[in-house]
Amino acid sequence: MPVTHIQNQFSTPESNDVLIVNELHFSYPDGHIALQGVSLKLCNGDKVALVGPNGAGKSTLMLHLNGILNGKGNVQISGKQLTKDNLPSIRAMVGLVFQNPDDQLFSPTVFEDVAFGPLHMGLPEDEVRQRVDNALEAVRMTAYKDRLSHHLSVGEKKRIAIATVLSMNPSLLVLDEPSAGLDPRARRTLINLLRELPITMLVSTHDMALVKELFPRTIVMDEGKVVADGLTQDILADEAFLNQHGLEKP
Amino acid sequence: MLLSPAPLHIPDGFLSIVVSVICWAITIVTLYFAISKTNQSLGEKQIPLMGIMAAFIFAAQMINFPVAGGTSGHLLGGALAAIVLGPWAGMLVMTAVIALQALLFQDGGLVVMGANILNMGLITAAIGYGLYRSVSGQSKAVKLGVAGFAAWLSVMAGALFTALQLWLSGTSQLNIVIPAMMGVHALIGVGEALITVAALSFIMQTRPDLLGEGSESAKGSRNWIYAGGIISLLVVLISPFASGDPDGLERVAIDMGFIDAGQDAPYSIIPDYTLPFLGETALSTILAGVVGIAVVGAIMVLVGRGLKAKS
Amino acid sequence: MHFDAFDRYHEKESFLHKLDPRVKVLVTVIFIVSNALLPDGAWLAFIFAWLFLLVINFISKLGLGFTVKRSIIALPFALIAITVLFSIPGKPLTTFNFLMWELTITDAGFLRFISILVRSWLSVQMAILLVAVTRFPDLIHALEHLKVPAILTTIIAFLYRYLFVMTDEVFRLIRARESRSGGVAGRRSGGGVLWRAKIAGNMVGQLFLRSFERSDRIYNAMVARGYAGHLYTLNAHEMKSYDYFAAAFAIALIFILQLIGRL
Repeated sequence: MPVTHIQNQFSTPESNDVLIVNELHFSYPDGHIALQGVSLKLCNGDKVALVGPNGAGKSTLMLHLNGILNGKGNVQISGKQLTKDNLPSIRAMVGLVFQNPDDQLFSPTVFEDVAFGPLHMGLPEDEVRQRVDNALEAVRMTAYKDRLSHHLSVGEKKRIAIATVLSMNPSLLVLDEPSAGLDPRARRTLINLLRELPITMLVSTHDMALVKELFPRTIVMDEGKVVADGLTQDILADEAFLNQHGLEKP
Repeated sequence: MLLSPAPLHIPDGFLSIVVSVICWAITIVTLYFAISKTNQSLGEKQIPLMGIMAAFIFAAQMINFPVAGGTSGHLLGGALAAIVLGPWAGMLVMTAVIALQALLFQDGGLVVMGANILNMGLITAAIGYGLYRSVSGQSKAVKLGVAGFAAWLSVMAGALFTALQLWLSGTSQLNIVIPAMMGVHALIGVGEALITVAALSFIMQTRPDLLGEGSESAKGSRNWIYAGGIISLLVVLISPFASGDPDGLERVAIDMGFIDAGQDAPYSIIPDYTLPFLGETALSTILAGVVGIAVVGAIMVLVGRGLKAKS
Repeated sequence: MHFDAFDRYHEKESFLHKLDPRVKVLVTVIFIVSNALLPDGAWLAFIFAWLFLLVINFISKLGLGFTVKRSIIALPFALIAITVLFSIPGKPLTTFNFLMWELTITDAGFLRFISILVRSWLSVQMAILLVAVTRFPDLIHALEHLKVPAILTTIIAFLYRYLFVMTDEVFRLIRARESRSGGVAGRRSGGGVLWRAKIAGNMVGQLFLRSFERSDRIYNAMVARGYAGHLYTLNAHEMKSYDYFAAAFAIALIFILQLIGRL
């Protein structure tokens, strides 16, 4: 049952596109070409998997979605063109969660980390505290507010890492390898959390079982290009195609 | 086991209030400049970079290597931090490390922290960076050799300043504490030098771009070369002078009001270190110091060459 | 892996734990300064200072002997002060021969030596207590309130956060080194000192590169959440009336200590 393009009845079709990437090209300073004309579109409520072998350009693409990297081409978030001038507001709309939670959680306490985003958006103190509470509630970690980050398990760190961007009320959540390094129970908790979160998300992963279970739509990248974009069940059914791009059927 | 307190971390109680306050004053003024300089030069990346580098220095201090007889060599890191990060950022990073060691682990005192930062963070960075910059543009072997020598001398300078502060506080006798501290740290400094050289040569091979000669301007780096050179010269001159002619330094201290004259009239316990053929003069002890430092410097250049040849 | 060896905070429900961290930092520093100001041989004041510590130990609910047990840390440094035993003129107490020297301990030297040790011992106990009843992040907030420049407190906060991550990395490196440095029976293993130093240096270099790359990733994570060169923090601490009262009371007691020491 593909639920790829749910129409939100309260908004017009144009404003329904949360993310539009058009003909994005990027090469690193050392000359390595990472992206060669990537285009994709996510609608409100989409939960999309981004798969592909190492070096396919997934992480590079993600770093473009909130302007940390600037390639040729264009990126639109909720109808807003990404430019140097509106970087702050774009960054508030795109919640980017990095693969290693130890890089994401850089403050001594959980509270300080979850409050970092809202504080840097310039929100007043009461609102910041409210948002921290809401974000921790959303990832079921309310009791962890005053914990020290280095006391958390990897699974707990991953959930807090998601809370650190939820507190910014993003319209798009971008996750890099959320299930990497988790034991089965922590992975299950995380899958349930991602399923429940009522937010548009693009999730880069090698975990094909996760893709099959959670995401109706999958985008396959290889060598800096989108090589497939469609229903997960169709893509996963084509074993020859998967092998060709270094992927495996779950 | 994890944290063997280095002899340079002075605990509270060993320095007088006057000495502590003077050291704080010097430290605060230097840090004030360090903060304004790094704000200008490093940009918005500086905060995470310096924070992580502080953690790096802290962790690197735990890496040790067995030397002999159960002793081990390890790193203090002041010279290395200044060489890879630039002098001002290196100072801030070392300050954070020393502050955390004092606050969290009581490794070094709180009221004497100004002295500890001065000895282990500021002087070491100035010497490390100054001497290293004096050979920028030279061959890799020369750079590594000088870096090693600078690392060794930075530890010696830290030891000398610690000894002087202890003496000014009336905690130790000058003609004992200087030879004792300098003697112990001449060995500790060799460990510092070896690790610094090996680490630098590793970075030069893998990421030479990170050692892009720092962000200092030509004028700025010339000033650093002078600063590092002058402090080094002080170490070379003061230490033999102080142990050879303690009365001289004592008079200076009394004149400046550090010590009330009645407090110290030291019995001479340890015979002075002198070159036999020159007799017991200040000149002879200064020469002894110069000779010693030259020998160690030559060894460091050779080691630098050797490491480079092997790799 | 958790490095509980690095955690100095002891969770308890006590008045001291709840006290504003600024008050705790200030009183600690003033206490240590006061120790340094007490004259040599002010035994009565030293005893009262120790009683003051005992009472604080008691209030903290950590147990009366809590700080004493942990206070030997600064003891090795006492060696450096040992020369004052012989160097200060006074009435000779005892004379003995050590190697080639004849050493005479004087009463004045003995008094000074013991006074230095007692000052150090009292001071280190207060510092131990400070971190035992104050969470380190709160200590950093206190420093911010006390006008330590934000850039320094931020570096210290990063250092504290990544202490654990990096030492973990060091131990992985050391374990990897150990698991590869086997010895053959009857033969000296491990190469010469130079070689060992080079391995250690390579580990430091390796660690530096990893740290550098990590700082890049952290910077990205900060930028992604709106960081643009200026750091904003929320400080959860507000001085309440009992904080002021506790501070005033403690400082008054320390002042009395000084009076006792100078009578």
